[in-house]
Amino acid sequence: MATGLTLKELSKKEDRFTHGHRMCSGCGAPTVVKMVLLATDYPVIASNATGCLEVSSCISEYTAWKIPWIHTAFENAAATISGVETMYRSLKKQGKIDKDIKFIAFGGDGGTYDIGFQSLSGAMERGHDMLYVCYDNGAYMNTGIQRSSATPLGADTTTCPAGDVIPGKLRSRKNLTKIMGAHNIPYAAQASPSHWMDLMKKVKKAHEFIGPKFMNILAPCNRGWRSQTNDSITLSKLAVNSCYWPLYEIEDGVTKITYTPKDKVPVADFMKPQGRFKHLFAPANEWLLKKVQEEVDKEWEKLKKQAECGC
Amino acid sequence: MKQKGWKDLPPGSVVLEGGSAVNFKTGSWRAYRPIWNKENCIQCLLCWIYCPDMAIKVKDGKRGEFDYDYCKGCGICALECPGKKGKNAIEMIEEGK
Ligand SMILES: Cc1ncc(C[n+]2csc(CCOP(=O)(O)OP(=O)(O)O)c2C)c(N)n1
Ligand code: SF4
Ligand code: SF4
Ligand code: SF4
Ligand SMILES: [Mg+2]
Repeated sequence: MATGLTLKELSKKEDRFTHGHRMCSGCGAPTVVKMVLLATDYPVIASNATGCLEVSSCISEYTAWKIPWIHTAFENAAATISGVETMYRSLKKQGKIDKDIKFIAFGGDGGTYDIGFQSLSGAMERGHDMLYVCYDNGAYMNTGIQRSSATPLGADTTTCPAGDVIPGKLRSRKNLTKIMGAHNIPYAAQASPSHWMDLMKKVKKAHEFIGPKFMNILAPCNRGWRSQTNDSITLSKLAVNSCYWPLYEIEDGVTKITYTPKDKVPVADFMKPQGRFKHLFAPANEWLLKKVQEEVDKEWEKLKKQAECGC
Repeated sequence: MKQKGWKDLPPGSVVLEGGSAVNFKTGSWRAYRPIWNKENCIQCLLCWIYCPDMAIKVKDGKRGEFDYDYCKGCGICALECPGKKGKNAIEMIEEGK
């Protein structure tokens, strides 16, 4: 295959994110990182915002990264890597370096949608040649499942606990992928590890644009989602097939859906196996479950319209 | 494992050896052990791409044994394995049984 994207060919490449990391058993994030790095055919330098990925992949002298990697604070992964990229451009101009190097920032949803948002927005606007990857597990997992602006409507977290007072989170998710598209950057995309080929194609494509790129990648967390250790891929598949997490890209302002589910499944199929949505299946909360479905449908229809009109 | 004191660490706790996490074995976390039934394996490598712990050895594009030094026993490989004619090529058994 011309893209080199067969598992057989990919398996011959070196893993630049190694075993021995200490993410929980069955965590979705390491698989996301592994796929992003496998699809990157260049030397790469990464920054990483504080969060599960960062604290569990480099503990004291044990690092899972086989690339130059910088632990940044929670809020500035994008600012850090944009500084490194600027230095690189200067060194290149001075003739002190001639390698083609790619720059990637990794951040969780808390570190991206919320606290790192202004540094991300700034780096995109300044036009740095970099890829920002958000691994979205839908809450501040590392500190014990606090809600973020990526937490889905109705989810139970420790700061929006489902009970007699509220039925979980009462606000809807922020649509960060579209917000990044609205920065008029060359490339913004949404991906899921279940659809590994789609994900890797998007990473490869992103690297070929000069300028700022953004990818939002679903990364199931069995601890926070209150699910099983074996279901991160199954759940991400259901997220895509229910259109809760549509796969699409925004290239130079034009939206393209990269995968349309053959049979769109109810969003309840995605939610049912997750304890964070358990309360929504009680008769008293039926209205909220209905609302979740309506929102997913509405967003999907909107996305399809955008793709149709090429805007 | 010998613990180092702060005087033994490089300034700023800079880690100079990339991929040094391989020196930290996570296999002891496992409560369930995946078993590979070779005869049902179609060599699709889905288990390899989906494993979050890079615990499936592949050589020259061919799947080999599990790397039990690092496998945390999550069971993703077993759930995603298509196997041959519906016969799963990976089975999870309770560790220590
Ligand atoms: C300024 C600041 N506030 C709070 C924290 C504590 N903290 C560390 S990780 C984290 C949550 C990270 O959430 P997210 O970015 O979604 O990543 P996840 O852990 O879910 O992978 C928080 C609140 C911090 N490190 N710095
Ligand atoms: S808490 Fe969730 S995101 Fe964090 S390491 Fe565990 S499974 Fe992964
Ligand atoms: S059980 Fe989990 S960690 Fe072990 S090989 Fe399978 S996918 Fe990897
Ligand atoms: S997923 Fe199953 S069939 Fe495919 S290579 Fe792994 S063990 Fe073999
Ligand atoms: Mg998170």
